[in-house]
Amino acid sequence: MSTTSTAFEKARAEGRATLVGYLPAGFPDVEGSIAALKVMVEAGCDVIEIGLPYSDPVMDGPIIQAAAQQALDAGIRTDDVLRVVEAVAATGAPTLVMTYWNPVERYGVERFAQGLADAGGAGLITPDLTPDYAPEWIAAADARDLDKVFLVAPSSTDERIALTTAASRGFVYATGIMGVTGTKQATAAGVAPLIARTKATTDLPVGVGVGVSTGAQAADLASYADGVIVGSAFVRTLLDHPGDRAAGLAALAALTEELAGGVRA
Amino acid sequence: MSEYDADALGWFGGTGAFGGRFMPEALIAALDELDTAWRDAMADPAFTGEFDRLLHEYAGVPSMLYDATRLSEVAGARILLKREDLNHTGAHKIRNVLGQALLTKRMGKTRVIAETGAGQHGVASATAAAYLGLDCTVYMGEVDTERQALNVARMQLLGAEVIPVRSGSRTLKDAINEALRDWVASVDETAYLFGTAAGPHPFPSLVLSFVRGIGDEARQQCLDQYGALPDAVAACVGGGSNAIGLFAGFVDDPEVAIYGFEAGGDGVDTGRHAATIFAGSIGVLHGARTFVLQDEDGQTVESHSISAGLDYPGVGPQHSALSAAGRATYLPVTDTEAMDAMALLARTEGIIPAIESAHAVAGALRVAKERPGQTILVNLSGRGDKDMGTAMDWFQLGEAGERSGQEPGEGK
Repeated sequence: MSTTSTAFEKARAEGRATLVGYLPAGFPDVEGSIAALKVMVEAGCDVIEIGLPYSDPVMDGPIIQAAAQQALDAGIRTDDVLRVVEAVAATGAPTLVMTYWNPVERYGVERFAQGLADAGGAGLITPDLTPDYAPEWIAAADARDLDKVFLVAPSSTDERIALTTAASRGFVYATGIMGVTGTKQATAAGVAPLIARTKATTDLPVGVGVGVSTGAQAADLASYADGVIVGSAFVRTLLDHPGDRAAGLAALAALTEELAGGVRA
Repeated sequence: MSEYDADALGWFGGTGAFGGRFMPEALIAALDELDTAWRDAMADPAFTGEFDRLLHEYAGVPSMLYDATRLSEVAGARILLKREDLNHTGAHKIRNVLGQALLTKRMGKTRVIAETGAGQHGVASATAAAYLGLDCTVYMGEVDTERQALNVARMQLLGAEVIPVRSGSRTLKDAINEALRDWVASVDETAYLFGTAAGPHPFPSLVLSFVRGIGDEARQQCLDQYGALPDAVAACVGGGSNAIGLFAGFVDDPEVAIYGFEAGGDGVDTGRHAATIFAGSIGVLHGARTFVLQDEDGQTVESHSISAGLDYPGVGPQHSALSAAGRATYLPVTDTEAMDAMALLARTEGIIPAIESAHAVAGALRVAKERPGQTILVNLSGRGDKDMGTAMDWFQLGEAGERSGQEPGEGK
C-alpha cells in the first residue's frame, strides 16, 4: 500500500481533504529548503512534493521559474535533491518528487528510482511524462513500489483519463486550470467535471493542483477533491521575504495553517 | 512512406529511439487533434491543392536549382544551389508557415502563436497570419529582440504582437517554453506554429510534410536539368527544418550521400557551439527525445553560434535518427568558416546568403575536397539581408573608401 494513499485515507477518515505542499529543492538554498519543508509538515501539510529544479519548466509560471532558477544558479545537483528528499521523508510525511523528465533520464531511470527509494521517497509526479511514453519509469517504479503520479487535465478525453488512472499509483493529479502554475485561480465549479470524470475510472484519491493558493479556495475545492495541492503560493511566501529566513518561515507556517484550516472547513 | 518516417506514436528509428511526445497532459488532446486534422488535410486534394497554389503564386515556389559555376571552380566540384533564398520572406520557412496557417484555418482556430530566435520564423508566421487573417503573437527572447530589432519591426508592421521573453537564458529555447505556456492556457482557439521540425509528435512529421518540397523539387530539377542525381546533398542544421526538407527527397536514394552541417561556433573544443548531434548527448527537450546540449544532470546548456537561426541546444529527432542509422553525416562548421563562405559566395556568384546557409556552403566546400569533380547539391535556405549587421562587424564593412573591408579569411 502506498504511504501516500494511506495519508489520503487517513484524511478521508477524519472527514477532510489532504493538503499537499510543494517547494523546489535548493530554494532558497539546500538547507533552507529542508528547513522550509519541515515547517510545512509541522504546520499541517500531509504530503510533500519536492520540485527538482530544471532549466526548461514548461508547466511552471514565473514564481516557480524564479525559485528554480535561483536553485540552479546556486549549483543544485540531482544528488542534492535526493538529500532533501531524505531529510524531509525522515519526518514521516510521504514525500514525492515533482520533476520534468529529462533530469531523470539523464541520471538513469533505474538509478534515479533506486536513489529515490533509498532516500525514503514515495514516488514521482511527472508533469511532462504521460503513461503512453513512460514504460521505463513504470517498470522502475513498479519494481520498487514507488508512486507514479500522472496528471489529468480539463482537456483530457475520457479515454486518456482511463489510461492515466490505470497507470497511476498513490493519487491522481488533476490540473485545476488550463494553464501554468501560479497564474489563474481554480474554482470548484471549474474543476468538478474533471474530478467526476476521473473518479469514474478509479478508486485512487484525486488531488487538485495548479491554481490553488488560499484557504478559502482549499475549502471550496475540498468538497469535490480528495486533496488540494499548493505550490506557487508557498514559493511566493519565501520570495517575499528575501534575506529574512525567520520571517519567511513564520509566513510559511501561517499560510500552511490557513490552508490546513481550509481543507478541514 | 520511407523507412525513415515516424511510426504512429512519433518514434523515429524504432520505438523509444528518437522523437515521441514528452508533453503535459493538458496539451495531448490538442496534439491529437492537430495530428488528426493534419492527416485528414494531407489526404484532401482541396487542401493540398490550395497549399500548392499559395506556394506557387504567393511564395514563389518552386525555387530554382542553380548551377554555381564560379563557386564550383573554386570548390573543385560541381556545386548546385537550391535557391530557397529567393522565396517570399527570404527563406524556406514560408513553406512551413503557409502549411500550418492553412491548417489552422481549416481547424477553425483564429489565433496563432510562434516562437522565434533570429526572427525569421516570427516574420514568416506574421506574414502568413496577415495573409490568412489570423491573430498572431510571437515569443522572442529578450536578448534576441535587442539583437534583431529590424525583424521585431517587420513583425509589428505585419500586425503581430511580439512578446519579449525574460525567463531563463532569454533566447530561443526560452521563447519555445513561453509559447508552450501560452498554448496550455489558450489551446481552444490557438494553434502553435512550431518553427522547426522538432518538438512533440506530430510536429516533426507535420513540418516535414510542409517543407519536403525542397528536396522533392530539387531531386526532380536535378534529374531534369542534369540527367542524374547529385552525389551528395548538404544543408545547415539548427532545429533542422530546411535540412530535413532537402534530405527527405534523397533518403531513399542510397547512392546520394547526405551531410548536415551544425554550428560549430568558436569551435567544438571551446564548448561554445551548437553542434548538437556531433557533440551533444541523447536527452529529452521540448517534447522529443533527441540529441541535446546538456550537463551531467540533464540541465540544458546554452548554445552559441554567430547564426541566431542555428543557435539552439536541441535538434529535430529525425536528424538524430538519420545520424544513428548512419544514413546522414552531421559535422560542425565554425563561425569563421561560415563567414568566409558567406563572403566567398558573395564574391564569386553575387549571392549574399544567410549566415545559416553559409554553414552549408562552407561544409560543401569541405565535402568537395573529398569528392573532387562530383556534384554536390546545397540548400541555400535563406538570404543574408538580415545578417548585414553581423557581416559589418565581422568584416569591418560599412565605411566607404578605397579597399574598404577585409578579404575572406581576414575577419576577426
